[in-house]
Amino acid sequence: MSSKKTYDAGVKDYRETYWEPDYTPKATDLLACFKITPQAGIPREEVAAAVAAESSTGTWTTVWTDLLTDLDYYKGRAYAIEDVPGDDTCFYAFIAYPIDLFEEGSVVNVLTSLVGNVFGFKALRALRLEDIRFPIAYVMTCNGPPQGIQVERDIMNKYGRPLLGCTIKPKLGLSAKNYGRACYEGLRGGLDFTKDDENVNSQPFMRWRHRFDFVMEAIHKAEAETGERKGHYLNVTAPTPDKMMQRAEYAKEIGAPIIMHDYLTGGLCANTGLAQWCQDNGMLLHIHRAMHAVIDRDPHHGIHFRVLVKVLRLSGGDHLHTGTVVGKLEGDREATLGWIDLLRESYIKEDRSRGIFFDQDWGSMPGVFAVASGGIHVWHMPALVSIFGDDSVLQFGGGTLGHPWGNAAGASANRVALEACVEARNRGRELEKEGKDILTQAAKSSPELAAAMETWKEIKFEFDTVDKLDVAHK
Amino acid sequence: MSDVQDYASSLADASSRKFETFSYLPEMDASRIRGQVEYIVSKGWNPAVEHTEPENATGSYWYMWKLPMFGESDVDAILAEVDACHAAHPNNHVRLVGFDNFSQSKGAEMVVYRGKSV
Repeated sequence: MSSKKTYDAGVKDYRETYWEPDYTPKATDLLACFKITPQAGIPREEVAAAVAAESSTGTWTTVWTDLLTDLDYYKGRAYAIEDVPGDDTCFYAFIAYPIDLFEEGSVVNVLTSLVGNVFGFKALRALRLEDIRFPIAYVMTCNGPPQGIQVERDIMNKYGRPLLGCTIKPKLGLSAKNYGRACYEGLRGGLDFTKDDENVNSQPFMRWRHRFDFVMEAIHKAEAETGERKGHYLNVTAPTPDKMMQRAEYAKEIGAPIIMHDYLTGGLCANTGLAQWCQDNGMLLHIHRAMHAVIDRDPHHGIHFRVLVKVLRLSGGDHLHTGTVVGKLEGDREATLGWIDLLRESYIKEDRSRGIFFDQDWGSMPGVFAVASGGIHVWHMPALVSIFGDDSVLQFGGGTLGHPWGNAAGASANRVALEACVEARNRGRELEKEGKDILTQAAKSSPELAAAMETWKEIKFEFDTVDKLDVAHK
Repeated sequence: MSDVQDYASSLADASSRKFETFSYLPEMDASRIRGQVEYIVSKGWNPAVEHTEPENATGSYWYMWKLPMFGESDVDAILAEVDACHAAHPNNHVRLVGFDNFSQSKGAEMVVYRGKSV
């Protein structure tokens, strides 16, 4: 044991120090659930203890400086092991880390420990971080979403319904002025927001400053025309923090209500700094998740998306893409409902049927809008309103711009469909059963909706999900 | 191109002006308005009525009609206040609000009598 007063050089079993099945986690501990796929022949307890050691205080051999500190106070402990339902190649290990291991307000520091060197550890064939319980004591040190759902509704004057957005296509290649036209058409047709695609940064065909100027003109005219408040997610993701902040400052200067950042490719240090700046400057922050599927899609290795969701809520963002369940991109329904709760609610109970391993208390940290985007069109609207509820942004790219009469008509079709679904839901109708009838009725007073329903009636995306929840199959 | 329909909306045409939730649907009849009032009551939200001259519709603050009806769950009583506001201000937009005091937001907000936009 590490409490021993004498120094014995050499290698000893990790479980002697880092496996404590009798340990009761403290309310201030940061708890993690890993799915571990070990190399053959190594006992589960030893592998779990090794993960606890390598993700906290330990290294492969005993060192004399261990005796200069109170390792029992600082070490991570593996305190429980469970079978993975339906998969004998791996098991869950639960590890408790004392809060003092982590710098306050730094999800960067938390991830550097928990998903650092340990993921390359040779004793493991694969390792996946399934969930983290952030203690409220740690949550309180993080800045979180710049504004949150309630403030965004007040800024944008949108109540009692999901917000409606559209990503401008083609993703790349438009000039700034033509791009602004595409935004204007969508906004005047009834969208609340248009959006830069994630890879629109500041390329030679459209430098960021021209884009910002033309898009702001589009917003101003659409607002005057419709009498409603509008925005466009101006993507400030940039090669350096200085350039990112330069773009954010300019967006504020010209009166844009919202900017956008890619939190994984841009990085969590940049994201956390940008989110704090947004809070100080009254700006909304839309978060895109490019690169997430590299990290979260393999069921045995990487980081589950629900962890990336919690990390974003702590780092800061007012919107986060969550998948759609029904569109072209991966997303299991129950798992998606789980991480939508993690984004928006203030207290989420452990619920294995949704893949949630721990109770999570967010205290007064504001909620984040769930963004449904990717291969959705007007026929998906009833299901989307039913799955996502009001605190969401439903974002139709091709499903707006691909309308045979253009963006304004496409936007109008989606807005009519959205409002018809909300109105019907409020009157007690079941959207997923009666969706066709609700849309058909609404289309009688909207030729734009009728044309959209005709255009997309045959398109479905029915592939099986790769990353499913772990459930028994035998 | 003959199949393509123009999207009729302009600065000059006041009918292009919208007023947020449900303003892209046809004006609601009495039974539909009742349905929305029932929804607000079922959620436990506090109903309220607000109105404005159409030329001032874009601001955050409309005129409150009396005070929010805290705890009111009688749908007819709520509808009577909506109608009383409309009768007193027939040229104004009149909207129905459901205040959600837990989220400190409006769970519902919709214009139920539409004034003449400018």
